[in-house]
Amino acid sequence: MYTNQTVIFKNKPVIIGSYSIVGPKEGKGNFGPYFNYIMKDDSFGEKSYEKAEMKMLKTAIIGAIEDAKIKASDVNLLLAGDLLNQIISSSYAARDFDFAFLGLFGACSTMAESMAIASSIIDGREFDTIVCSTGSHFSTAERQFRFPLELGNQRPPTSQWTVTGAGACVISSKGHGPKITMATFGKVIDFGINDVNDMGAAMAPAAMDTMLAHFRDTKTSPDDYDLIVTGDLGKLGSEILIDLMEDQGVKLGLNYNDCGQMYYTRNQNTLSGGSGCGCSATVLNSYIIKKLRTGEYKRVLFMPTGALMSTTASQQGETIPGVCHAIVIECDDSVKDVKNSTTSNRNVKNNQSKKSKRTSISKKNQQHIQN
Amino acid sequence: MYYLWVFLIGGFICMLGQVLIIYTNITSARILVTFELIGVLLQAFGLFDAISEFARAGINVPIVGFGASLAKGAMSAVKSKGLLGAFTGGLEATAGGLAAAIFFAFLFSLIFKSRTKN
Amino acid sequence: MDKYMETKKRNQAYNRYVQAKIPKTKAWPSLFNSFLVGGIICCIGQGINDLILLAFPNMSEQSAWAFTLIALIFIASFLTGIGVYDKIGKFAGGGSIVPITGFSNSITSPAVEFKHEGIIYGICVKMFTISGPVIVCGVVASFIVGIVYLFI
Repeated sequence: MYTNQTVIFKNKPVIIGSYSIVGPKEGKGNFGPYFNYIMKDDSFGEKSYEKAEMKMLKTAIIGAIEDAKIKASDVNLLLAGDLLNQIISSSYAARDFDFAFLGLFGACSTMAESMAIASSIIDGREFDTIVCSTGSHFSTAERQFRFPLELGNQRPPTSQWTVTGAGACVISSKGHGPKITMATFGKVIDFGINDVNDMGAAMAPAAMDTMLAHFRDTKTSPDDYDLIVTGDLGKLGSEILIDLMEDQGVKLGLNYNDCGQMYYTRNQNTLSGGSGCGCSATVLNSYIIKKLRTGEYKRVLFMPTGALMSTTASQQGETIPGVCHAIVIECDDSVKDVKNSTTSNRNVKNNQSKKSKRTSISKKNQQHIQN
Repeated sequence: MYYLWVFLIGGFICMLGQVLIIYTNITSARILVTFELIGVLLQAFGLFDAISEFARAGINVPIVGFGASLAKGAMSAVKSKGLLGAFTGGLEATAGGLAAAIFFAFLFSLIFKSRTKN
Repeated sequence: MDKYMETKKRNQAYNRYVQAKIPKTKAWPSLFNSFLVGGIICCIGQGINDLILLAFPNMSEQSAWAFTLIALIFIASFLTGIGVYDKIGKFAGGGSIVPITGFSNSITSPAVEFKHEGIIYGICVKMFTISGPVIVCGVVASFIVGIVYLFI
């Protein structure tokens, strides 16, 4: 039964630049201060929301390249995907760039999928610099997967709010910044959920499967990470994941959280939390990478999940399969060293200080939930 | 004082719709169809007019009334035109409402743009 | 075969577990809201009907009801266009779906939503994505009622 799903990178690809752009509602959410750009209007000055999504992706890609302080001509490849049919936002955004493009579809897990593939390519020394990007838009997702915006219906309590936002990052074989050290590619898992308003429950088993595979393959445990973060399981889904993991004998502590659950404040009326490609992408490319750059987080397990469903399949009575890809990002050694020397190199007490740091971080996470 | 009856009966029918939403997770298209068919049945069994007598708008404004006039139209047209009436009667009786819904939808879709929810 | 049964069992157990885990919301507030809004919409309809009969005493009751429904459809369509009806719907649920205004909303909202795809393939084609079943089922049912009525 043991199959190896994890790649451990020898050359450790570096995230040298990142950029995040979100809509106005997301800007008012918990991660508001961390985003690079907050749009004043959801339509972003475009005629349709689809066009707005393309422009968001384009802006994110340009922003990440600028943040990396490289020229666009240095980029070898763009890996991108989104939620729309035929991933039009990504491919249409890519036509304005002068580099090769691979379109990916992993639903909301696309950010980790693209970064895992990019790291594998860079680790093999095939390409030097790859841009990964993904995004989603509330209005385009709503009309493709659910109902017209103006229809007067109520959202069930398990439903989630698609994040309007796009994130991009530049991964390179050289440079300074957070390093991607491992990647676990997930299997498609289906536990027979067919309620399209309950994505969290549909994706939680996939997250469990990938997480177990990751811990098994890398011989790590939840305590080895400062932060374990899933993409958009939402409130309900992350509670289910904690239960599922406990059944498997792995206890997820306070260092576990979910981007979707943390995304919005309580009075923003998003029920179970945020979802969509943009959810994990914008959190990773703003909050998490910034914390990794300063060394506040040393080791993060980033594992967004995706629900691989279409309206056609659900109308034909199909259940919703989920997939989850995980990557491990570690902060740069130079940052680690600086931090260690400032804490006067007490190796004996290192273990303890690590522990206290972890609890302080988890306190912060808790604050997010309470907000 | 019949406004009280209108309010109570109309409200009660709408509340039944909400009961369906909460306990069966039904979508709005299905709710509309369900209540429309209830109206057709009420009319077909001759109960609608009796209720309509005192409920007035309370049963005519919910889509139940729309279903009832479909059935009513078909029944009275069958009486005067025979088989042809079964084809023409239903739509004839509801043509006003349908045409209005389609026309206004077309008109306002030309004027307005959808906006994002908050 | 064993594996198939095992998966099925696992899925059923998981579905049961999820159903139990879903937060239960209180039904009463939303039932009350739908009752209130539905009742108010019906009263508005009655008011319009009374006004029409007051202004045109010679009008037959049937035409007066037709005009009433047209007026309600107009109001709901307009409120949908300016983006108010979905807010009412969020509050009222069934209260704003079941009245004829809900039908109007379900026909206007996709038309407004898909206008970017053009007049023919956007507005005209998508107009009936939600309300189409209402028209189809209604016509079929009325035809059946007519046929049955013909033979009895």
